[in-house]
Amino acid sequence: MTRSYEDFEDGLEILLGPTTAEREEMIAFAAEFDPQPFHLDDAAGGANELVGSLTASGWHTCAMLMRMMADGFLLDSTAQGSPGVDFVNWRAPVRPGDRLTGTARVLSRRLSARRPTLGITKIGVTLENQDGVTVLESEYTLLLLTREGAAA
Amino acid sequence: MSFWDSFVIGAPIHLGSHLFVAEDIIRFAEKYDPQVFHLDPEAAKNSVLGGLCASGWHTAAACMRLNVEYRYDRFKEWVEAGNPAPRIGPSPGFKNMRWPRPVYAGDTVTFTQTVVDKRISASRAGWGILSFTTLGVNQDGVEVFAFDGAAFQGTD
Repeated sequence: MTRSYEDFEDGLEILLGPTTAEREEMIAFAAEFDPQPFHLDDAAGGANELVGSLTASGWHTCAMLMRMMADGFLLDSTAQGSPGVDFVNWRAPVRPGDRLTGTARVLSRRLSARRPTLGITKIGVTLENQDGVTVLESEYTLLLLTREGAAA
Repeated sequence: MSFWDSFVIGAPIHLGSHLFVAEDIIRFAEKYDPQVFHLDPEAAKNSVLGGLCASGWHTAAACMRLNVEYRYDRFKEWVEAGNPAPRIGPSPGFKNMRWPRPVYAGDTVTFTQTVVDKRISASRAGWGILSFTTLGVNQDGVEVFAFDGAAFQGTD
């Protein structure tokens, strides 16, 4: 059933993934959008004292998270996009072969004062790797139509 | 002067411009953000955003490409001038990313970055953190993208 604003109650948790950070995809993303040596090359990654091996671009991790959220709940919802993201913390590197799972949690919600059929929800997200290490934390705003708004 | 010292707080840096063509918008969306307004030009017309437009993460990624080109060009010039190679690190994250208006197919976005703070890392000896704000403006002068970023940079 398509979820609308009413279904995103405070505290609702939705599990995301799992998805695997594939090496070829990580490198292809980096080559197009973030061609820093430590995202492209094992030796350069290993030589960088802060990352220690080939790592995914943080923007690739965000893009993977976006896909996990699309598949996990957005595509079958009344979502109307997002005006922005409060923060993303890249807490630990994502490395080739990492298996990522996540949780999206409704932190708060309200109806738009100007447009009462539009809901404004605050979503908190965490992504973990296969070892239970948190690799990403984020909070962002998601717009969702109410059932009435979706039916209009 | 060190490479670290060469970053001046408050001086705007022009990162460059990116043209968002429909094919690229759709290719990114198919892989990472398959919402209808990023994927299907016809259906997008009837969506809340009114036309095919780039995933916000596509806008961020295109900005990163220009940022990396800028930063590594600067790195290269620094080394070619006879200086030791600076150490460039990853980013701990960002805040306040905003997509105030859609980036539609055919839009050209120009990105500007301004360093707003520099501090020495308390936990990583020899590293500092550059904080900067980044803006993206379309061909009509309308702000379409903004965020406050940070990146590790060697202080030597």
